[in-house]
Amino acid sequence: MVFSAGNSPAPTLQIEGLTKRFGGLRAVGNFDLTVQPGELAGLIGPNGAGKTTVFNMISGLYVPSAGDIRFQGISTIGMEPFEVTRLGIGRTFQNIRLFPSLSVLDNVRIAYHTHAGYRMTDAILRTATFTQRERELTERAQDFLAIFNLDRIQNEQASSLPYGEQRRVEIARALASSPRLLLLDEPAAGMNPAEIVTLMELIHFIRDRFDLTILLIEHQMRVVMGICEYITVMDFGEVIARGTPKEIQTNPKVIEAYLGKGAAHAA
Amino acid sequence: MSLNVGFLIITVLKIAGLLAWVYGLLWGLGQRTWAAKLVTVVGAFAVIQLAISLPFGSVTLFSDFDSGLLFQACTMAMVALGLNLIYGFNGQFSLGQWGFYGIGAYAAADITYRWTNDDARGLLVVGIGVILIGLVILVVHRFLSQYTGVPVMSAFTLYLFGSIAAGAVAVALGGAGHAALAPLFGTKAAPGILQSPVVIQLVFFLAVLLAGAVAAEISFLFGLPVLSLGSDYFGIATLGFTIVVNTLMINSDTILPFPEMKGGRGMIGIPKLTNWFWAFAFLLAVIVVMRNMIHSSTGRAIMSVREDETAAKVMGIDIANNKLLAFVVGSLFAGVGGGVYAHFIGFLSPGTFDFLVGFNPLIIVVFGGLGSMTGTITASFGWIFFLEGLLRVILGQLGTEAPTWRFVLYPIALLLLMLLRPKGLLGTVEWGFLKAPWVPMRSRAEANTPPQA
Repeated sequence: MVFSAGNSPAPTLQIEGLTKRFGGLRAVGNFDLTVQPGELAGLIGPNGAGKTTVFNMISGLYVPSAGDIRFQGISTIGMEPFEVTRLGIGRTFQNIRLFPSLSVLDNVRIAYHTHAGYRMTDAILRTATFTQRERELTERAQDFLAIFNLDRIQNEQASSLPYGEQRRVEIARALASSPRLLLLDEPAAGMNPAEIVTLMELIHFIRDRFDLTILLIEHQMRVVMGICEYITVMDFGEVIARGTPKEIQTNPKVIEAYLGKGAAHAA
Repeated sequence: MSLNVGFLIITVLKIAGLLAWVYGLLWGLGQRTWAAKLVTVVGAFAVIQLAISLPFGSVTLFSDFDSGLLFQACTMAMVALGLNLIYGFNGQFSLGQWGFYGIGAYAAADITYRWTNDDARGLLVVGIGVILIGLVILVVHRFLSQYTGVPVMSAFTLYLFGSIAAGAVAVALGGAGHAALAPLFGTKAAPGILQSPVVIQLVFFLAVLLAGAVAAEISFLFGLPVLSLGSDYFGIATLGFTIVVNTLMINSDTILPFPEMKGGRGMIGIPKLTNWFWAFAFLLAVIVVMRNMIHSSTGRAIMSVREDETAAKVMGIDIANNKLLAFVVGSLFAGVGGGVYAHFIGFLSPGTFDFLVGFNPLIIVVFGGLGSMTGTITASFGWIFFLEGLLRVILGQLGTEAPTWRFVLYPIALLLLMLLRPKGLLGTVEWGFLKAPWVPMRSRAEANTPPQA
């Protein structure tokens, strides 16, 4: 790894004045966010607040209309999504995007594509390099699957798995691309309370185990309040509040955004 | 006229035997030891070679008609495997495969035709051109990879002008080389060393490889701008490509400077160099290369693009490069198939490369199952032998006009298959050698204990 999260003086993620317009609609306006190395940060807001749009801009799927995104000091503006990923930003999607007809193992092995360590010619000629690297790569993928308790179903088709397991495969796949920053888009969506508890433990575990910085979008307040150290709240494309979970819970603007005008007084 | 039942039974047995041969070959190649693989290859080659050449009284097991179908099935399998890589594995709906097949056929035919007519320019110009254009593409690619966000049309312009310049150099060098080699061809009465059978076989081998390379390089130049279109639009653009190629073939003696191709009248006098050895060798090479590619990181990346482009991007896969790679390799297979085909009957007609006929490989790929190499090979052999062979013979016995009914039976067969098995004959199932290597479970000793519910 060229970048070490611990020693790098630059913040892992620094977003300044980020704006995205779709025609006349301003989905995100003047959005600022700084995530320090090793932080577990949350991004919350009502539906349509522009959270996923921010994620799509960070991962390079959308080109921002204005503003700057810096990852460990490097501006990612104008980069293709695959270049952003190679830089060290991994993500999951709100509506799970696995490779449905491939096996669980292959889903994770695809993440190693950029650092497979052999060329296409090696693969075609089945050289010793290919055999060795492919074995190493497969073993690393299997280790990831074991961490996520998915190793017993490595040969199942991804689309045949229950929802919770698909989520875990997606997180395992994102981690396998060896990111420094992991973006989780609503990881707890559609999970039952027991699964949510497991997920929260899992997020803590991977952050510590892989020395990651995590930014997550979540609707389930128990998750956000339970694990995030720092929260940014968005509404109508703009930041309306930032702070620790405690500060956010009592912030009248946040309550208003979620519950409507007047709710803050009632609360 | 009535059906000859005995003949019918023998034909059906032959087809069943051939399909068993295909599956046996794939099974044998899937064995672990090299010795077993070698025995399989030699055995598979020998069985058919004997069937073609060993006489039983006055006939051989495979008649000329049968062996003709066999060669057709081999070339069709190569073309269809290439298309399966593009459409089945990479998910890019392409109708251009037939155009690349035609390019390969005409390129290879021109090389050997000229050679056997004491003209080395075909081989030299195409050979030097392929190498130079390949180098230009590499250099331009290196140059462009320093920058991000280069518009695709700008990149295309650079590649195109570079290739045209390289082509012009190749024509000049080829002319000079031909002048130097000319004495070695000898005269009709006393053929020189370059007309010896060994050299001609070598030239044929090179011609087929170059045919693949020409198709690959043209597909690179064509695919670069066109692959940035969405999937359906890409299909239409590739259909246009096939029509353009066909039109150029029809006018090859007027628009293009190739009088020997004789335009719409068809190219005659191509040396009949394709024998079972070459057809088998090239088919085997295509199968092995494709299989090794699919079951590697490259292949997984190719499949991920078909599965979900957005997710593939976020996994660090360069979508544009990846589509181009599949398209180029798929076209290379088509070009090789074309080269083998051109030297089998010694005659090339532009009518063979009409875009309507070009739907055949597409039907075969869908019939066999998108994303199944086994299915494609089976469907290629089955298609040629059942529909072109068996049905033509059976219907031929019913009346002189009856074989035309094949064109009613094809679509009905396709309709029925799609209703019964929407994912094709084999879906994505593979057999023997073509199956993904089995990955055993790994012990959990090394992995840290994860949080569990």
